Parts: sequence; C-alpha cells; structure tokens
Amino acid sequence: MRRTMLYLPGNNPNMLVRGHLFGSDGIIMDLEDAVAMSEKDAARTMVSKFLRRGDFGSTEVTVRINGVDTEYWKKDLEAVVPHKRLDGIRLPKADSPQIIKDVDEELSRLEDKYGIEQGHIKLFCILETAYGIWHAYDVATASKRVAAILPGGEDLVADLKTSRTPEGTELEWSRRMIVIAARAAGVDAIDLMFPRVTDDEGLRKDAQFSKDLGFDGKSVIHPNQIPIIHQIFTPTEKEIEKAQRIIAAAEDAKARGLGTVSVDGRMVDIPVVKRAHYILIKAGLEKEAE
Amino acid sequence: MALNALGRDIPEFIPGYGPTKLYQGAFALAPSANYHGPKLRVTNPDCTNKVLPDIKAAIAASGLKSGMTISFHHHMRNGDYVVNQVIDACAEMGIRDLTLFPSALFGVHKHLIDHIKSGVISRIWGSVNGPIGTLFSYGGVENPAILRSHGARPRAVMSGDVHIDVAFVAAPSCDCYGNINGTQGKSACGSMGYAMTDCQFADCVVAVTDNLVAYPNSPVSIDQTHADYVVAVDSIGDPAGIVSGTTKVTRDPLRLLIARYASRLIEASPYFKSGISFQTGASGIALAVTAFMKDAMVKRGIKGSFGLGGITSYFVDLLRDGLVEKLLDVQSFDLGAVKSIAEDPRHIEISADMYANPWNRGAAVNMLDVVVLGATEVDRDFNVNVNTEASGELLHGTGGHQDTAAGAKLTIIAQPLLRGRIPCVTDKVLTVTTPGECIDAIVTEYGITINPRRADLLEAVKSIHDVPVISMDELADKAAAMAGPMEPVETTDRIIGVVEWRDGTVIDVVRQLVKK
Repeated sequence: MRRTMLYLPGNNPNMLVRGHLFGSDGIIMDLEDAVAMSEKDAARTMVSKFLRRGDFGSTEVTVRINGVDTEYWKKDLEAVVPHKRLDGIRLPKADSPQIIKDVDEELSRLEDKYGIEQGHIKLFCILETAYGIWHAYDVATASKRVAAILPGGEDLVADLKTSRTPEGTELEWSRRMIVIAARAAGVDAIDLMFPRVTDDEGLRKDAQFSKDLGFDGKSVIHPNQIPIIHQIFTPTEKEIEKAQRIIAAAEDAKARGLGTVSVDGRMVDIPVVKRAHYILIKAGLEKEAE
Repeated sequence: MALNALGRDIPEFIPGYGPTKLYQGAFALAPSANYHGPKLRVTNPDCTNKVLPDIKAAIAASGLKSGMTISFHHHMRNGDYVVNQVIDACAEMGIRDLTLFPSALFGVHKHLIDHIKSGVISRIWGSVNGPIGTLFSYGGVENPAILRSHGARPRAVMSGDVHIDVAFVAAPSCDCYGNINGTQGKSACGSMGYAMTDCQFADCVVAVTDNLVAYPNSPVSIDQTHADYVVAVDSIGDPAGIVSGTTKVTRDPLRLLIARYASRLIEASPYFKSGISFQTGASGIALAVTAFMKDAMVKRGIKGSFGLGGITSYFVDLLRDGLVEKLLDVQSFDLGAVKSIAEDPRHIEISADMYANPWNRGAAVNMLDVVVLGATEVDRDFNVNVNTEASGELLHGTGGHQDTAAGAKLTIIAQPLLRGRIPCVTDKVLTVTTPGECIDAIVTEYGITINPRRADLLEAVKSIHDVPVISMDELADKAAAMAGPMEPVETTDRIIGVVEWRDGTVIDVVRQLVKK
C-alpha cells in the first residue's frame, strides 16, 4: 500500500528519527532538493547512519538520491544501498529508459558487492520533463525494479513552459498520463505532494482528485497531511461492505453456474467484481496478486 | 534523614520549613482535628462603606506587620498588577519579612525579585516559576519554597498548616461592601475559584478593584460577609495577560500524534461511554486530545456529563454542542470561557476547595473519569515530576496535577519521549510530584504505555490496532538509547523547595544547584 510517502529532509535528525512514527505507508529520506549543496556530504552520512540503525517499524523506507546529472548520485547509492532496511530509491529526473538502465546497473553492482538479493532495491521514478511524461511507459518498463512512477512538480512546470495555478491546471494532463502509463506497465502511480501545509480543505480536494484519476497515493511533505490522505484513499466501511457483497454474490453465481447476478439492483459483471477486489486490497483485507 | 514511602530521603527538620511529616501513600492519611478558623468580627450598622482611599490605607487598616503571611490568587494570571502593587506598598511602608502565599506566580511577578533580595519577602509558599524559580534554585532565597497542589492549598488553610493574616483579592467587579464577581468589568477574568477559601479563612480580606459598582453587586462570587476592606485602583490587570483571545488546537505534528494516541486510549477504556467526565486543561497536547475525543464522541453518539478544571473556549464549544452537560470552572482561560461563565448557568464557578481539596466532604476531582496531564519527567515506577526541569531548576508549580491524578479513574500523562535531546522517561525522576500509584498510562510518540497495576487497561488496549503499545522498560530503554548518557544534576545538601503531597506530608525535596 502506498497511500502516503512522507518526505524527510536528509539533514534534519529530528525528522529522520521520528518521521516513521506518523503512520505514512512510506518515508523518503531526501538527499536532493531539501539539502543545500554545502550539506550534501553531511546529509548523506546522516541518512546512512539512520538506515544502519534501521528503526522504522513496518514503513517502506526509500531515499531520494541526487539526479544522475549530478556528481552525487553514485556516492549517494554507495552510502545507502548496503543497509538492508532500504526498500527503494526515489530517482529524480528519471526521464528516459536509459537513465533507469544506468541506475539499475549500478544498483545491481552494489547489491552484488554487499551481498543483497538482486533486485531487492525498488525504483520510484520521478518524471520531471515533458519528454519523461511522454515516455512514461518506457521508463516504467525499463527495469523490473520500477515500483512506481510519479509526476514531477516545479521542474515539469518549467519544462512545460507554464506556471503554477491555484487549481493545478498546468499539471493535470501530466498526472493523467502517469496513471495511464503506470496501469499499462503494471506499476504504482504516486501523485504530487500538496504544497500548502495548513490548507486542509485544499488537500482534501486535491487528494480526492488524485484518487479519482486513479493514483495509488500521494507524496507528503507534512505529517499532518497523512490522516487526511489516508481517509480519502482508504475505502469506507460502506464501500467495503458492498464490495464484500458483490464478491460473495459473484462467487455464489459462479458456484450455481449462473452467468450474471445483481447486487442493489445493479448487474455484477467482471469489471465490477474486479473493482470490488481492488477496494478490498485498498482496505488491506485482500492481498494484491503479484 | 528518613525514607518516605517512595524511598525519598527526607530530613526530619528542614530549616525555614520546620519538622516534616513523611509521605506514606496517596490515600494513607486521614485528619482527626477540626477546621482552623479565622477571627470572629463584628460589623455594626454604622459601617456601611468599606472603601478605603488606597492600598496603603488598606494595608494599615488590615494590621499587616512584618513577619506576617499574605495571600494572593492567580485569576489575573500574567496580567496581574495586584501582587506587585501590594508588595511595592509594603516595601514603602517598611514592612519586611513577609511570607507570600500565592496560589501561583507568573512571569509578570519577576518584579518581586528585588523585594526578595531586599528582605521584604522572606518566604514563598506557592509555585515559583521563571526567574524567581532560578533565584531559588541557586540559593538566592533564605527559606525553601513550599509547593502545594491546587487542592492542598485550601486544605492547608482549613487545617491550619497555613494561617493567612491578610488576603488581597483582585476583584474585577466589587461594591462598597465587598461583594465580588469575576465576570464583569474591564478586567473580567471569569472564575474566582482560587480566592474563595482564602476569603473564608483569612484574618483580614482586602478586595482590590478597578470596577467599583453600586451596592449590591450581582452576581456574587465572594460575598460581603468575607470582605473587611475595599480599595479602588485605576487598574488591577492588563486584559491581554488576564485571558487569551481564543485557544486554538496545536498544528504541531508530534503533539497531534501523541494526542491522537491518547484519545484512542480513552476511547478503548471502560470510561468512554455516556456520562464520561474529563479534564484536559489548556496545554497543546491536552487540548488536541479534547478535539480528537470530540470527533470520537460525535461518531459514537456519546455525550459527556461534565468538563472540569481550567476551562477554555474549546470546552465551552463542547457544552454548546451538547457533548457535555456542565462545566465546573475553577479558572477561566480565555475570553470564550469568561463570556460563557457569565451567561450560561450550566457553566459553574467552583472554589479550589470544591475542585480538589482531599480533606473536605468530597472534591470534584473524585468524580472525574479521565484526566490528561503533562510532565517534565516520568520514571520506570510511573512517578511523575512536574516541578523541576532537566537542569534541576525548580521552574514549575504543582497545579492540579496531584489532585486530578489522585481523583480521576484514568490518569494519562501525554508527553513527547524526548524534548530536544532531553529524555522525558528516565530511570528515576529528580523530583517526585505525583506518585506512580496515581498514574495509569503514559502516552508518547512511541505509543501507549500502561502502568502494569492496571490489568484492566492492559486488556482494554488489546482492542487498539492502530497504536503501538509499549512497556515502560522498553520505553525507558528507548529514551536512554536515543538520548545517550545524561550528565547528572549536581546539587548541594541545602533544601530550597519542599514538595508536599495533597495531605501535607513531604513527598520530595528540591536541593540547591551547584553553580557551573
């Protein structure tokens, strides 16, 4: 489940030590934009130390490294990959399949070097250019490590030669394309973070829009955003109850050799059953098929 | 030296305090004596006006002399002018060696430091905060501070442990015969709860008002039978410091997390049912607990009976929304609470005696289901310190901590495990304010920790699936591992503070710090 992935600045020990306590499905220790150039080395060392301690509960643990267009990315990987508690790398500017292949290769080398199971480290690819959005499917399928693709924020807006609007019109189609590419490639789609941390109502609307588009979850920049997003991305008791009735009715129909059956006056066909299973997966009541 | 029931070393005699009675247990002591009464007075029909021209005239009329005890009350909070005005007048009149018996002091009272240094004030029997606390901590005051809870204070007065010579009462509204209320006038503060018992038991009572109204004043919180003199001054306080505008729920994610965990514990407890009563105070975490509880009460269709203690506008909203039936208010924290206590008969003014005194015919804390409290430290035995900081400085009063912890059926300490690098859960607290036998649970960002003597709660929390439950030893080990070794607080043998339990026994002492 990746409803929420919380960014923690890699140079803030207070957040690194407590970040996992806020109940997000994942955390992202950030070595990229949250860290000033002069602090890159210190942050890398600190994140590595926290990973070694490994005190993160059951949260999915990822690190956002610096982009492959910088001098830091290999040092970043070298510092974090040896720690078994690392589940994945969030890769910025992951705009072409070749970039994914290069990072995949380096990860394989490090996994080999440190005796970590090949392919253990997943990739979360941020597409930050128009070219990247256009090639989202190719990026998502460039390596088996890719677990999710995500739309970029500021960089993508600049590359699209537009600017931020309160309604978020400028990124709407990029977000839609990410969902389509992710579903086609069979990976997760994780949406943008919502920048206004005290605007609960705005967040609620934005998260609902993310969910309606088909995203699996959102990136998060403040712990207070987590319960609101969870509320929206977690099925309600009513939805769960209905999904269970649909599945039971479909199974009953199958056992009795009936073609179709109806629940609440609506015909239950294969897509409806599929959606019902998806609701139960989101509710944590069913496991997703590999 | 002798060990009290918590194993704390308490001298048999403390200079500036006298012989000690050892703490024996939260409910071990029962009184056998009678009430200690004030002097009888006669007021003949020729006295129809108690108003004197100024504070000095009232001090002179009261018979206040060097070496006597004067009491004050903190309903003006950090806006109070009366304490400073009275002590300044005493100093100018050459009165010295006073014992100050305040229900609490605030930052505004740091003005008293000069009077302490010059010998006008020799003893403070009440909370010492901020710079005054630091002065005590490093040995700047000859006699130790005596720390009593809000309930222990009226007990000490009624039992004769403390005899008040003159009580000075800041009166937001008062007539010429001494009928006082706190809800009217430019310095309105709401409840007068902390002043009530003093007015009944002091030898002399002086009402200081900036709102002298025609006789008879109404409503009456403290009536004319208790007032000896009335003084009208320009101002008794700064309204901005008396009450805050509105009390808002914190947005600090850590505090919200802890509050959410505490609320889940309350929901899982046997007390979360119709008729629940609670006290949560005005601190960040506690107020947020109330907000989460409100959501849970609405969701589960539960209505509470009463809210107790210091009342905020947040509690007033609960009353208006029908989520509690009544408010029992010993201190009104903000404008919303002041307005409500003035207008709504379901919002009831109570004395500190009725609130929390263990030696009367029943305090309101006994009727409490749940209280959420803070701490500077908690130890492996669940003993709580609220008086001294990690530095060893005596910086906080006891407030209602002991009383509500002893009275409530579920006492929760909700506090981050670490403040900066300082652990809040330790092997042994520096000062015991409230014994572990009165504490049922600690809630930190790492989850819920139940006192093992509450087997029923250990069972109840099994139904909570979204909050970690962690044992005290695990929690203390975690705090120690994260904080690393702490430098021990270095003290001398000299005692600068005596922490009394509700019943007047000594639960702990605070020693003078070594200057670094």
